[in-house]
Amino acid sequence: MYKLLLCWRYLRTRYIALASVISVTLGVATMIVVNSVMQGFGSEMQDRLHSIYSDLVFASVSLEGMRDASLHEEQIRKVAGDQIEAMSPTVVTEAILNYQFRGNWVTRQVELIGIDEKTQSLVSGFGRYLQHPANRAAMSFDLRETGYDVRDHQSGPEAPDRKQMRQAGWERRREMARLMEFQRHYEQRRNSAGSNDGAAVQLPPQQPGAKLPAQQAGEKSAKAGTTNTGPSKAGTTNGAGAAKARTTNGDSGDPFGARMFPDMPAQENVFNPAKQQNTGVVIGIALVSYRAHDGADWFRLLPGDDIKLTFPTNGQPPKATSDDFTVVDFYESKMADSDGKLVFVPLRKLQELRGMIDPTTGVGQVNAIQIKVKPGVDPQVVRDKLQAAFPRELYSVSTWRDMQVSLLSAVEMEITVLNILLFFIIAVAGFGILAIFYMIVVEKTRDIGILKSLGASRHGVMGIFLGYGLSLGLVGSGVGMIAGLLVVRYINEIAKFVGWLNGRPVFDPSIYYFYKIPTVVLPQTVLCIVLGALAIAVAASILPARRAARLHPVEALRYE
Amino acid sequence: MSKGSAFKGRTSGVRHQRSGLSLDDARQAASPPSDAQTLSPKPQTLNPSPDQLLTIDLHKSYRKGATEVPVLRGVSMSVRAGEFLAIVGQSGCGKSTLLHLLGTLDAPDRGEIYYGGRRIDNLPAAGRDALRNHDFGMIFQFYHLLPELTTLENVLSPLMIAEGVWTYLSRRRAHRRRAEELLGLVGLSHRLKHRPRELSGGEMQRAAIARALVADPKLLLADEPTGNLDQSTGVEIIRILRDLNRQRNVTIVMVTHDLSIANQADRIVRLADGRIVE
Repeated sequence: MYKLLLCWRYLRTRYIALASVISVTLGVATMIVVNSVMQGFGSEMQDRLHSIYSDLVFASVSLEGMRDASLHEEQIRKVAGDQIEAMSPTVVTEAILNYQFRGNWVTRQVELIGIDEKTQSLVSGFGRYLQHPANRAAMSFDLRETGYDVRDHQSGPEAPDRKQMRQAGWERRREMARLMEFQRHYEQRRNSAGSNDGAAVQLPPQQPGAKLPAQQAGEKSAKAGTTNTGPSKAGTTNGAGAAKARTTNGDSGDPFGARMFPDMPAQENVFNPAKQQNTGVVIGIALVSYRAHDGADWFRLLPGDDIKLTFPTNGQPPKATSDDFTVVDFYESKMADSDGKLVFVPLRKLQELRGMIDPTTGVGQVNAIQIKVKPGVDPQVVRDKLQAAFPRELYSVSTWRDMQVSLLSAVEMEITVLNILLFFIIAVAGFGILAIFYMIVVEKTRDIGILKSLGASRHGVMGIFLGYGLSLGLVGSGVGMIAGLLVVRYINEIAKFVGWLNGRPVFDPSIYYFYKIPTVVLPQTVLCIVLGALAIAVAASILPARRAARLHPVEALRYE
Repeated sequence: MSKGSAFKGRTSGVRHQRSGLSLDDARQAASPPSDAQTLSPKPQTLNPSPDQLLTIDLHKSYRKGATEVPVLRGVSMSVRAGEFLAIVGQSGCGKSTLLHLLGTLDAPDRGEIYYGGRRIDNLPAAGRDALRNHDFGMIFQFYHLLPELTTLENVLSPLMIAEGVWTYLSRRRAHRRRAEELLGLVGLSHRLKHRPRELSGGEMQRAAIARALVADPKLLLADEPTGNLDQSTGVEIIRILRDLNRQRNVTIVMVTHDLSIANQADRIVRLADGRIVE
């Protein structure tokens, strides 16, 4: 009883000892904040990685892939059907993406994935990362009329609007088609004018921005097979009209295109970019966008625009083949790695283009089958089961963790190293407690003698100081815990304030893919930190407490 | 020791006993259980001797650097139960050392100490702690109150040491009543909540006496209890001790250098040069 009472009184009367636990407080608070933020980043990343990849990937080892997806799916169901929720076949290949931006061709290396749009969203978070609400509900490779998200649906209110997305959809496509048509007419008229009276010689050189879309238009016409623009039309337009067109041809909002050629014949057998689309494609958002320092995203092209993809066929040896696609949506998982690399096209179309369809049966080959396991089922168990059932030489089964093991383990190691370093801070605080405790024991020497003369045992005296250390640790780590949790709770406000003080943002959204600092507070981590700090505080008080316990009562009583 | 029963002052009814041990024992046995019965039992010895405290040829020396300074050189003395004994001597003659040995705060180099017929100088630490807590009450020249605790808490501290948290809490009302009663006895009822530094020297010494009595000891060891007090306060303190000895039959061993104080005792022993001289 006296131990409790004395601990309590010492706690309330010895403020210098409280000062010594401030370092414990700070250490605990720092550890909680750092762990929460790292955990937040880590779990956000895992979340995104996990939703990019399915739980399990059942892949064919050979490049040719497996002949019949549904047959394999049936076999897989036989092995582990009760643990599997959904499956989706995919074809994966390297590809080159080309698109035009301000007249320049942009080339990107991408990973081209053929997906089954009906089942893809069942096995992974693919659907969640699209920019059109209807596509998120049910994916389609058909271009939507309009209605793409202007506000990033995955970010909070602080993310700036993506104003460009208002134009996205058929609206944009019609606009671009009109522009292109206008351009083509202009080119033709210039050519014919040049051959007729040489007037084009006086024309100023074309702006580069106008030239290349014209080339693209040319290709488009070539693809359609015929170009039908009556030379009579070129004849009817006069030089003044041409001049006008020249001044406005860079403006996508050009009102003249529609008015100038109102009587263009619509030919159903000809590809009409204003009414028709190429095969739909979903491309990673980072392939075509960049982020300004205020966090606003700017797009080099929008849903509705066409791109070109070049990829190898499935033959031996592979040859390059390419085709035009129309962007129907953006994929934004907020993992720069995926957003800047992945391009999704319909599985069937990709199989066709790569020659993966058996001409006799019409069944397409696939590279892999993505598998989602039922909730609560450990993917590793299913992986081992499947791997055991299918020959290792032909098929490999891996979980999403297996595929990202280097990244995940790097993050885990970072957390571990940080924790070790931070724990040293608390350990240093322990030495502070030790020193101050030693002083307190010296100061209390006489009291210790009194207690012993009243019959207090060695253990009792030791208990006072151990208990004192424990209560200091409790106070220090308790305050630290509350402070840490508060900082975690208001970390974005704090970051904003610090950014305001510095004059530059702490958390630059153009560098990180998050608008907010993600945090996850794991109760068990907090508990470990607090217990660790308590253990250090108690450990630091052992030496002084032993000294106190060993004091000779007579000498202690004489101590002045 | 035995008749620890000598004083079970928890109830006012037994307050003014002056009876001898045997009578006291008989009365105790005959009386209905009072809250005095809730006290922890005292160790009993089988054959109590009239000598409550007995020392045989005690030697003690202190080391000062390389030289050994002998303080006690063969002290043999005895204290009878219910006696008020004063040990007098010059400063440095070893009186305090002797008292510390009697109170088991220190161990003699040679010689034996018996308390109620039981040898105590070689008891293990736990036994000596219990003895100091239950059987001995100590009063010091410098009062030695704990500065963090109030007067009342200081008086209660031996009980807190004796009992665990739950036992103590379950009996705290009785303990508190007893402490207040003892503080009333020494005239400190109005100072219960004061810290020691807010008390005068006399008040502190009276609080220390109350503390020494709270565990109901058989033996009070007083080390220069008036050494730091002015004449009149010292006289008052001695009067309290005197009354305790007479009314409660508490055996008192007091060390002092002041003969006028010592004269209040039943018997005086003079210590000189490490030996009893008369």
